[in-house]
Amino acid sequence: MTPMWYIVLSAILFSVGAVGVLIRRNAIVLFMCIELMLNAANLALVTFSRINGTLDGQIMAFFVMVVAAAEVVIGLAIIMLIFRTRRSASVDDANLLKY
Amino acid sequence: MNPTLADFGHDNGWIVALKVVGVFVFLVVMTLFTIWYERKVVARMQVRPGPNRHGPFGLLQSLADGLKLAFKEDIMPLKADRVVFFLAPVISTVCAFTAFAIIPFGPFVSIFGQKTPLQLTDIPVAVLLVLACSGLGIYGIVLSGWASGSTYPLLGGLRSSAQMISYEVAMGLSIVAVFMMAGTMSTSEIVNAQAKGGQGELFGFEFTYPGWYVLLLLPSFVIYAISAVGETNRAPFDLPEAESELVGGFHTEYSSLKFALFFLAEYINMVTVSALATTLFLGGWRAPWPITQLGPWVNQGWWPLLWFTIKLLILLFVFVWLRGTLPRLRYDQFMRFGWKVLIPASLIWILALAGFKTMNNENLPGWQRGLWIGGFAVILLAILLWPRKRPAPKLPLEEEVAQRPEGSFPLPPIDLQVPVSPRAKRITADREPVQ
Amino acid sequence: MTAIDVMLSAVGLVAVGSALAVVSTQHLVRAGLWLVVTLGAVAVEFLLLRAEFVAWVQVLIYVGAVVVLLLFAVMLTRAPIGRSTDLDRPIGPALLIGAGSGLGLAGLFAWVFRDMRVNPPPTGSAQRVGEAIFGDWVLPFEVLSVLLLAALVGAIVLSKKDT
Repeated sequence: MTPMWYIVLSAILFSVGAVGVLIRRNAIVLFMCIELMLNAANLALVTFSRINGTLDGQIMAFFVMVVAAAEVVIGLAIIMLIFRTRRSASVDDANLLKY
Repeated sequence: MNPTLADFGHDNGWIVALKVVGVFVFLVVMTLFTIWYERKVVARMQVRPGPNRHGPFGLLQSLADGLKLAFKEDIMPLKADRVVFFLAPVISTVCAFTAFAIIPFGPFVSIFGQKTPLQLTDIPVAVLLVLACSGLGIYGIVLSGWASGSTYPLLGGLRSSAQMISYEVAMGLSIVAVFMMAGTMSTSEIVNAQAKGGQGELFGFEFTYPGWYVLLLLPSFVIYAISAVGETNRAPFDLPEAESELVGGFHTEYSSLKFALFFLAEYINMVTVSALATTLFLGGWRAPWPITQLGPWVNQGWWPLLWFTIKLLILLFVFVWLRGTLPRLRYDQFMRFGWKVLIPASLIWILALAGFKTMNNENLPGWQRGLWIGGFAVILLAILLWPRKRPAPKLPLEEEVAQRPEGSFPLPPIDLQVPVSPRAKRITADREPVQ
Repeated sequence: MTAIDVMLSAVGLVAVGSALAVVSTQHLVRAGLWLVVTLGAVAVEFLLLRAEFVAWVQVLIYVGAVVVLLLFAVMLTRAPIGRSTDLDRPIGPALLIGAGSGLGLAGLFAWVFRDMRVNPPPTGSAQRVGEAIFGDWVLPFEVLSVLLLAALVGAIVLSKKDT
């Protein structure tokens, strides 16, 4: 089978994640949807590496994972901080620049 | 002659099935045995007989307990999330069993005429599989704590997830040294790499070093052992199920077979980390030194299974020994120990080891080596012994009171006497005066 | 249809289905669990693409650590057992955008790669990935290590009580 289907799959996963970001309010679920989108991008990168017959795509996917880990750490710290002051994890409640 | 990575994946279907059943039976029997062993050893340490009613030496005690557990009422708390509540013990147990698939029990044996390595399977990143399984095992505990819909289990689950994530880092770092020495992550190759020692040269002296990584990489082994105890939630690191603080921790609301599954998973995890320690640091299934003098047969056929099991039992004894000896740590002490002692120590050790290997590769002359090692040691000592900011000396009480700024809150009397409560007074009034 | 194709379609369906569940479920913790299923399915796809090391790293980092952290945060923010009401945003426009972009992207990719054949597969074993990272990709790797350190320090600073 052509590698086309892997890329189509990654496109579908990406848009599912994007819809999730648009319709959810809870900041942590937003994070989950962003992880979904990053993972879809990873799938595309690994497929490209398969198409080109080189390892570069896989290494990019590896780097994306590391960046995602760093992003989750910082993001969750910020969410916990907001939760501590506003008692809510909903993104709609974090609408002030200053608490 | 010894199994390598290329020897796996050629087995018949029924041999694979036989091996799977074998590993399963081994783990269940080990669990039953370990529960008995733990109770017996702890009992001996506390000068009491321990279980001795069922079967010879009470060996059937844990079997009887298991049967009894199966017939207990299966309680589902009203506020629980039913699906997740059911899923959690299953996840725990499945992950515990899966991790054992890559543990080598021995070299080639013949099963009904088929020559096959005594190991279920092996992959190039086998040790990562164990780490991944223990990572997935966290889900069982976190979810069980959350799904119970009750406070103590939730606290236990949160504690244990924090604990296992932090100790997994230390564990992974301690294993990195083994990867560096063996040059592979496949368990059978790591066992092979420990088969014979090598020649080393340090400060102009030539010597033969032994193959076992426990001698070669002692700091890694110590860190692995400590983090393994933390990873399996065993005393003195059994904070997720601290009886005196959290009732039963994450499995407070569980009963009957679901509880039995958690019990099974905990003991299998103990066996798995011990088996991994045997494989990575204690030469795997190979016989130890004095026995190897008996002839080559000790490392062939089914004999290695015996050495493997003996090593496993010794490590399990250490687990029980720790439980019988040490009190439980406080949570903050435990976390500080993990993050501020184990992980930096691992990092420094890996750095030193990598530097040493690079020096060997580059073939530096002796004096340059001495310079590098000395410089490293000096920097390390400087960091360790760097003078800390001294805390301000503690003033006596009167001076502290005198230093308070104007307009502070009024001080309560410092030698306040708490009046005896009326209830206590009544009780003591009723009592006969003691002569 | 070879065995790999069947696997690809089955695992792909699992991935898309559980991704939809992540987006649509009203149980916060179950969203995390469905995310685990999706990530596991994508890891299997990596294995099918012979990216062995990336697949294991995916299981180790994403499933083993990142989602556990997410669940941890969900529990710390007092996620209730049962439904929570955070899905009351208008779904229509989001669905329109999502379906449009998804179908557009999928169609575009399907058209671009319609007769692409796979080159000899590069097996992403740990050894080869390691050689590539520490050969051609050393600088990005080091920069990433600095990024991780910065994230570590940042998280500590953020979660300190008295700032």
